[in-house]
Amino acid sequence: MMPLLDVHELGKRFGGVEAVAGLTFAVGEGEIVGLIGPNGAGKSTAFDLINGVRLPDRGRIVFRGDDITGMDPRYVVRRGLARTHQIVQPLATMSVLENCMVGACFGRADLPLRAAESIARETADLVGLADRLAEPASQLTIAGKKRLELARALCAQPSLLLLDEVLAGLNPTEIRRMIDVVRTLRDRGISILMIEHLMQAIMGLSDRIVVLSSGRKLAEGTPADVAANPAVIEAYLGNASLAGFESTGA
Amino acid sequence: MRPAEALRRPTPWLIAAVVLAFALVPLRGNNVGLREELLLAAVYVILATNLNVVLGYAGYVNFGNVVFFGLGGYLCVWLVSDHAWPLLAAALSAGVFVSIVALGFGLGILRLRGAYFALATIGVNEGVKAFTANFPPWGGSTGIYLSIAAYGPLGGPANALWTIYFLLVAVMGLSLALSYAIRNSKFGLGLRAIGQNEDAAVVLGVPTRRYKAAAYSVSAFLPAVAGALFFFKSAFIQPDDAYDLVLSTEAIVAVMLGGQGTVIGPALGAFLYEELRSTLLTTQAFSNFQLVIAGLLLLIIVQFVPGGLMGWIHRRWPRMKRVLE
Amino acid sequence: MLGIIASIVDGVLVGSVYGLAAMGLTLIWGVMNVINLTHGAMIVAGMFALFYLTALGVPAYAALAPVLVGGFAIGVGVYWIAVHRMIGRPPLMSLLSTFAMNMVLIGLGTAVFGTVLFNVPVALPGLSMRGYTFTGTHLMAAALTAAMAAALYLFLYRTRPGKAIRAVASNREAAELNGIPTTQVLAFTFALGVALACLSGALIATLFPFTVLSGAAYQLKSFVVTVLGGLGNPAGALLGGVALGLLEGLVTPFMPVSWTAVIEFVVFVIVLIAFPSGLFPFLRHARVR
Repeated sequence: MMPLLDVHELGKRFGGVEAVAGLTFAVGEGEIVGLIGPNGAGKSTAFDLINGVRLPDRGRIVFRGDDITGMDPRYVVRRGLARTHQIVQPLATMSVLENCMVGACFGRADLPLRAAESIARETADLVGLADRLAEPASQLTIAGKKRLELARALCAQPSLLLLDEVLAGLNPTEIRRMIDVVRTLRDRGISILMIEHLMQAIMGLSDRIVVLSSGRKLAEGTPADVAANPAVIEAYLGNASLAGFESTGA
Repeated sequence: MRPAEALRRPTPWLIAAVVLAFALVPLRGNNVGLREELLLAAVYVILATNLNVVLGYAGYVNFGNVVFFGLGGYLCVWLVSDHAWPLLAAALSAGVFVSIVALGFGLGILRLRGAYFALATIGVNEGVKAFTANFPPWGGSTGIYLSIAAYGPLGGPANALWTIYFLLVAVMGLSLALSYAIRNSKFGLGLRAIGQNEDAAVVLGVPTRRYKAAAYSVSAFLPAVAGALFFFKSAFIQPDDAYDLVLSTEAIVAVMLGGQGTVIGPALGAFLYEELRSTLLTTQAFSNFQLVIAGLLLLIIVQFVPGGLMGWIHRRWPRMKRVLE
Repeated sequence: MLGIIASIVDGVLVGSVYGLAAMGLTLIWGVMNVINLTHGAMIVAGMFALFYLTALGVPAYAALAPVLVGGFAIGVGVYWIAVHRMIGRPPLMSLLSTFAMNMVLIGLGTAVFGTVLFNVPVALPGLSMRGYTFTGTHLMAAALTAAMAAALYLFLYRTRPGKAIRAVASNREAAELNGIPTTQVLAFTFALGVALACLSGALIATLFPFTVLSGAAYQLKSFVVTVLGGLGNPAGALLGGVALGLLEGLVTPFMPVSWTAVIEFVVFVIVLIAFPSGLFPFLRHARVR
């Protein structure tokens, strides 16, 4: 079966530094793939390359059989690939509902306002923002803003969702809540590629894990395989607090 | 938004009421003095309301917005004076022509972000002004004078002045209606997303280049028509008056004062500012300080009340958001 | 032919002063991402300062020092009034804030001085070569500009305050975490930029007559130069100034003066669209940030 997303030999250099070097991996339909790696491994850059925010120096990105390498972000989202950002970017003075409607109006389908509004309401309900629809986005808590970021990307009705540290900065209850939402999304047929630092969470959620280090793929496999991989453990030695491998719960 | 839904909200009725007030109040007792004052106010409202589409919704500061007004004026006066066109045809053609030219300029300079765009718009204004001043068919730096005969078809000067006034009030009404329609449309949603965070808007799929160019072009049409009517009425047009950066700046102050990004804000700001200005100008001492007052106003608003009057009202009484958009 | 060369050389001399004016603008822009729209007013302030100082009997070139210091003081004031609260807000806001400040200053200026032409007579022997005389004041202005540019370079790259400025420019949070009082650094940098603007205004006053409204034209030139040289790059600004001066020298013999502004703006827009990092990529290492 053809993978949903196929990333092949992706490379990007910033000045003297190779942020991404020959990265190759795939995401299949209905999968949750976790992208992990130490800080500076190139994970967010990989996301930028995939959704067109940055142009790769080399390599290919194929999404649903189409070559989208270097495609402008607005066309990428039209194809059904949406993403959230590590540093959330709410449209501050616009309301939660309006934020979501933007995602819905200009996402996969070119929707009129009315249809976009119903999708926006539905999605806000799914992530738990239904009671805050009229609030300006700037007034949300950090957890609320993260949920809004997710809702907005969801409103684009993507088939593949790129989540960039969607759990960062949340308290345990919020984390559990968000994990449930992510699972629900997969159940609805949305494939997910997620960057995360919370080992326990991502090991538990993912079907497969791709480990990045210095811009290269270090290892790939099921959470159990990856957790037992000596090279991976070594890459994380400097971040012992992150290596909660003993309690993967996988 | 469907017409039925639009009519259920207060704003369209508010707009209609304002237009009727402008039209009927000076008519009582043939109050020419009041008419002249309201005419100037209407011009400010038109400039501010249309500027808001680019400045308030999309967040792009068009310092040179007066160029639409001046260019529209020139085209109309030239068509009437040199080619004996009737006023309406000339004014509408001016609007269309300026919108197309704006689209051309817009596609070029809208690639520039933030401050660069703002400065480039001054360049557009100064460039068009210099071009006009060196363009013989348009009278060069002397300008064009309209003879009294031009008012013949409108029933003579006295009647013509009333007709032009009503036309300007109509343009004002259209400006407000346009602003309202845009704000409640998908186009407006996209523009506001651009204004909040253009990079995020791109990632969300908003067709930013197309939308910005469309906004810039659309925001040129009615000011151009207004310029056409205004300078026809003045019977005289000349580069320094037509492309007056002071007027351009005052439009910006009006938008910020009333509340950028809202429908009514800019109009309210324009009206208030124009009243303030005309009161100040009657005192000889203060006429020198026109710019200083405007500058201080803008400084205070930008520093302390960036949402302007509407922003303050909406924060104080959140329920007013539905009533006063 | 020689006439054109003389025009070009003179353009380069005067252009260097444009570069000095732009250095202040580009420094502020590069360090705190604020476009100082009071720049023109500051240039005019320098012009008037020189006028009144020389009227009081101070020799023109000696008056430059107090102008520099006074400009710095004014810069601190402008920073606290119009800029401080705008740091970190959307760039639109700082743009409008400095714009508003400029309106106030120019408005006050025209109210007080009207639009009368002012002139500072400076007598300096020129340099004659092959029948062409290069005005003494032009040569002096260029020389002083070069000296000032060198001083600025040394300050930014060889002193601790200079290093602090560059640190804040590259990453304000990191600088703050390293114990640098970033707000003071920002205020200082802004004041320095304004001081340079005032100084350049004073130098221009030794070259040409001026009115309260002259600032606008020189502000435009400063923007063109800043963009030519690359944002936040004082060395680029100097070179950009020379380039602009060269362009003016080439063009003014053939075109009416009223077209100069138009041409400069066209250049501005073209460079912005086609060369976003300026015309001198080889100078990238000289960027403040």
